[in-house]
Amino acid sequence: MWEALKRLYHRMGSPKWFYEISARWLPWFAIPAALCMIVGTVWGLAFAPADYQQGNSFRIIYIHVPAAILAQSAYAMMAIAGAIFLIWRMKMAAWVAASIAPIGASFCFIALMTGAIWGKPTWGTWWVWDARLTSMLLLLFLYFGVMALQKAMDTEDTAAKAGAILSLVGLVNIPIIKYSVEWWNTLHQPATLKLTEESTMAMDMLIPLLIMIVGFYLLFATLIFMRTRNQVLWHERKKNWVKKLIQAQAER
Amino acid sequence: MSLVVATIKRDLVIAARNPGEWLNPLMFFLMVLALFPLAVDPDPKFLAKIAAGVVWVAALLATLLSLDALFKADVEDGTLEQWLASGESLYAMALGKVFVHWCISGLPLTLVAPLLALMMNLPEEAYSALFFSLLLGTPILSLLGAVGAALTAGVRSGGLLLSLVILPLYIPILIFGASAVYHAGIEMEYAGQLGFLASFLCIAMTLTPFAVAGALKLNLSR
Repeated sequence: MWEALKRLYHRMGSPKWFYEISARWLPWFAIPAALCMIVGTVWGLAFAPADYQQGNSFRIIYIHVPAAILAQSAYAMMAIAGAIFLIWRMKMAAWVAASIAPIGASFCFIALMTGAIWGKPTWGTWWVWDARLTSMLLLLFLYFGVMALQKAMDTEDTAAKAGAILSLVGLVNIPIIKYSVEWWNTLHQPATLKLTEESTMAMDMLIPLLIMIVGFYLLFATLIFMRTRNQVLWHERKKNWVKKLIQAQAER
Repeated sequence: MSLVVATIKRDLVIAARNPGEWLNPLMFFLMVLALFPLAVDPDPKFLAKIAAGVVWVAALLATLLSLDALFKADVEDGTLEQWLASGESLYAMALGKVFVHWCISGLPLTLVAPLLALMMNLPEEAYSALFFSLLLGTPILSLLGAVGAALTAGVRSGGLLLSLVILPLYIPILIFGASAVYHAGIEMEYAGQLGFLASFLCIAMTLTPFAVAGALKLNLSR
């Protein structure tokens, strides 16, 4: 098992191998992602029972919660990919990290947007300085910082390393930020404005949500594969195998 | 170790001969504070309410502005290469540089802040909380900021970028620092907040020099 994992890891380090294998893997992520999201959306929006307090407005949870979960775990994945790059100098990891940043930021933005839209009917305002909303906003700032830093560096290698260092510092900080914001929030205003707790959700509301979360993760994997494939082609554009690939496509 | 001590001495001498280096952040601090009564409301009661937060925000911005120059000169004139070639640990070097930065930005701010808080009509009970929260908090600002400064040292117009990168990381310190002062002002216990700041300081002191050292090495490949 361990040997197989090690072999996979070393192969993953080869951009050419990744490019070829990911073309075969891609549909295995993309099709289930589409299926999960269609089933989850239709079930969640049309068939799940309405909330007895919030009525139909709660249904945005099927976009909001998966996006929020993804935004947080994407940051961790980006930092881990960055660490792999810093420690073992694996270029593929740097490219994966670079492709995660904008995707994570987009999910973060979607979570904030849907949160604001959800807040209007339930809380009466678009924005409340609720602990979770605030820590999501700060997470978005962290993503912006990493992306701005990567953009500002003049060589690809320093951009990747700087982004990796910053995302690791950010990863250590995320729990501290999260808990200090929650602590600040409980001091400033009573926590009456809690979102629906997931654990108390009814089964027929929860299942479509879980399907949506799985669907979002699969979508995330699909997007990363696609973006990383582009990164591979761009960074290896002067290598022979890419030239041959382009020629082969041109001849076809 | 002698190289670290020599660098600390050299930087302190440079700061002593260029008073602007430590005076400018202080003046900036004062000016930012003056903006709030002018822009919002000069009513003493209102000022007393916002004083804790405003003083902390101003201190944070003043530190942020002075950070940009932290490693710039050393990167540009080749001192950084000499450090690396000397075999001296970059970890110690980073700590030394941060110490000097704190001496010329955080420490004066901490000493002057109670005086300026007077202008903001901060309640009397809150002065010691303000002093101790800044004493514990400003070194963390310098330590975290040094990571950003090292990352952006070689980037042209890195100042704005530095703020973008570092500000989100400053939030916990701002929350605990300002809340310590606020709670002292309404005569509540604030030792907990200071305890949190102290523990953040310990974490930052052990971990950030690694990140600073790693980030400094990036500037060599340019």
